[in-house]
Amino acid sequence: MKAPKDEGVPPAVTAGGAAAVAEPAPAPPRERRGRERLTPPSWLALTFLLPALVLLGFLVVYPIVYSVIRSLFDAPGDSFVGAENYTGVFQGRDNLIAVRNTAIWVVVAPTVVTIVGLLFAVLTERIRWSTMFKLVVFMPMAISFLASGVIFRLVYQQDPDKGVANAAMVAIHDTFAKDTSYPGAGPRGGDQPVRAEAGGVVTVDSFAAGQSALVPLVKVKPEYLPQDAEPAAQPPPAQPGQLSGTVWFDFTKGGGGEPNAPNAGESGLPGITVEAVRDGKVVATATTGADGTFTMAEVPDGTYTIRLPADNFTAAYRGAEWLGGTLITPAIIGSYLWVWAGFAMVLIAAGLAAIPRDALEAARVDGATEWQVFRRVTIPLLAPVLMVVLVTLTINVLKVFDLVYIIGGGDPNASVLALEMWVESFGGGNNQGAGSAIAVLLFVLVAPAMLFNVRRIRQERK
Amino acid sequence: MSTAEKAAKVPSEAGGENGAAGAPRRGLAARIVGRVGGGAAQVVLVLIALFWLVPTLGLLVASLRSNEDNAAGGWWNVFTEPAQLTVGSYSALLDKADFVDSFWNTVLITVPATLLVVAIASLAAYAFAWMEFPGRDWLFLVVVALLVVPVQVALIPVAKLYGAIEFGGFQMFGSVTGVVLFHVAFGLPFAIFLLRNFFAAIPRDLLEAARMDGGSEWTIFRRVIFPLGGPAIASLGIFQFLWVWNDLLVALVFADTEAQPMTKWLQSQMRQFTGNIDVLAPGAFLSLIVPLAVFFAFQRYFVQGVLAGSVK
Repeated sequence: MKAPKDEGVPPAVTAGGAAAVAEPAPAPPRERRGRERLTPPSWLALTFLLPALVLLGFLVVYPIVYSVIRSLFDAPGDSFVGAENYTGVFQGRDNLIAVRNTAIWVVVAPTVVTIVGLLFAVLTERIRWSTMFKLVVFMPMAISFLASGVIFRLVYQQDPDKGVANAAMVAIHDTFAKDTSYPGAGPRGGDQPVRAEAGGVVTVDSFAAGQSALVPLVKVKPEYLPQDAEPAAQPPPAQPGQLSGTVWFDFTKGGGGEPNAPNAGESGLPGITVEAVRDGKVVATATTGADGTFTMAEVPDGTYTIRLPADNFTAAYRGAEWLGGTLITPAIIGSYLWVWAGFAMVLIAAGLAAIPRDALEAARVDGATEWQVFRRVTIPLLAPVLMVVLVTLTINVLKVFDLVYIIGGGDPNASVLALEMWVESFGGGNNQGAGSAIAVLLFVLVAPAMLFNVRRIRQERK
Repeated sequence: MSTAEKAAKVPSEAGGENGAAGAPRRGLAARIVGRVGGGAAQVVLVLIALFWLVPTLGLLVASLRSNEDNAAGGWWNVFTEPAQLTVGSYSALLDKADFVDSFWNTVLITVPATLLVVAIASLAAYAFAWMEFPGRDWLFLVVVALLVVPVQVALIPVAKLYGAIEFGGFQMFGSVTGVVLFHVAFGLPFAIFLLRNFFAAIPRDLLEAARMDGGSEWTIFRRVIFPLGGPAIASLGIFQFLWVWNDLLVALVFADTEAQPMTKWLQSQMRQFTGNIDVLAPGAFLSLIVPLAVFFAFQRYFVQGVLAGSVK
């Protein structure tokens, strides 16, 4: 205990911002009796503590004990079943998925959030509007998981015309990839010059260099016909060593027209990949132009069938199935990142600001590159902060309920232990024995964090 | 230092800017790389900021469109057709009595839960910081240990406990009171931890002076500690407010339909997602606008709270 200083209150004590401190009377000379009188009796301390202790005792400590005992009894709570409820957590398909998902959450979410937070904290050191940026990224921390869940249900909507995630994915995909495709299109039924094969279309006849092929297609849906499609043209005359042809929509609006010939009023199909194939090997390829014509330069001697491979007819890219079986947990973790990245960033940024400049400068003067400074000086000095962030996030992730419940919408593929606990006990499972076992399991999983905290506090005290 | 580095020092000093920033000597090339790198960081950060804003913007815009428009296409269509914007969904929602009730329930739960935590925790924190009693340090470590207890562990036992409390037509289970007390209990460890650390930093002289003046502990607590603890109490209050306002799980278990807060009401509407975006989007937005306003008004305290008690 620090010895009390001399009389008088130093003016700096109002640093807390309080104006309410009464003017300090000069302290009387210190005596033993006065010192004793200054220490309030223990019973008074207990009255100050009483409300907190009562609430903590009844609503936090007692429940822990009760849950442990309850977890050893069956669903109605009548008969003792030992560890059965605990082994039950690891049995059955839904339970195992919940265990697996919880493991994924605990391993992935804290790490990703911490790395992203570190990245943001480092990047914001270089800009002037860092306060603004931090405010924006930190903002979701104030929003409930329920509202975040609704927000991300909207973001993850499957239809790229509604969900912004898929809209963005489709936009990016279409910028870089071939986007003309004619789902559903194919040859006319019956005896025709072309036939369907393995999802694509091939010509029945074979063609040699110097010849032209006609590839009529029907069943082209108007919405997939590109704006720039022009009326179908006759194949350009093929020079020796070349192969040419036309791929077109063999359908005349209003009827009429001769089948299997590019008549007036019929549209070319641009953007189709055409291959010349012999013995299953592709020897030349071309892409159709706006009027549906193509020319393959330099085709070796021999005869070939013309093939339009299947990717001309696959459905257009529609984005990812975010809330489907495989992606649902990563998708929910993504929304968790959106909520918690600001937390990691703010804590790490405070840690960064506390790093002594001298240490960094010394390393730079010694000729270290920026990356070396970051890797060898900044990160080790940040380690305690990173540890606190990771531990906090891990505890939080184990308890994550609302996000999974709202975005997962009851899909067992998304379930985690914290949700399973609620479902078993209150959400229709009607088995509070099993629910208690899951709750105790969660408690045991956070126990290391408990010890971490207690040790940290004891060290700080010393 | 090599001669090459000495030579490099001259232009860097002439440049002035580096010297002012206290950066070590760097060559011209390094400075250009730094500038370009800085520019790239700017662009990346602008994109990230947009990325962070778009989901909430999407909710806001969706809440301002009719159900038909939302079913027909994405919210970004308003950029080409601003005429789609309407407050129709909001006025329809505010006409629903059960939604309005749930809003008031949220207030009725959040305000007492926040005030009680502040009051009870500051009393306890004062005792931990400035009073002496046997087992003080040990008891405080218990409180620290309780910081991370998951609420899940208390749901079943407290439900049973509340079920047994019944008198004069009042039932604890399902009531606002039950929800409030649960939130207070689970808010206490963090609150006591945060406030004790703050109170303990108050200069000893100040307290002893007040004690020697003959002030009772109660007076000292009220007149000295509580006012001095202002910033910490503000942080705690905001934290607790947001935590309780945003809770779903506790309400789901302990609040019946009469006492349900907004979160529980909205959750009950989730089942027909996409069919009722006109209810969910404005509802979710109304539920987040209050915490957001609190956050922007008091973000300094909020950030301090996060920094002070990061383990919860």
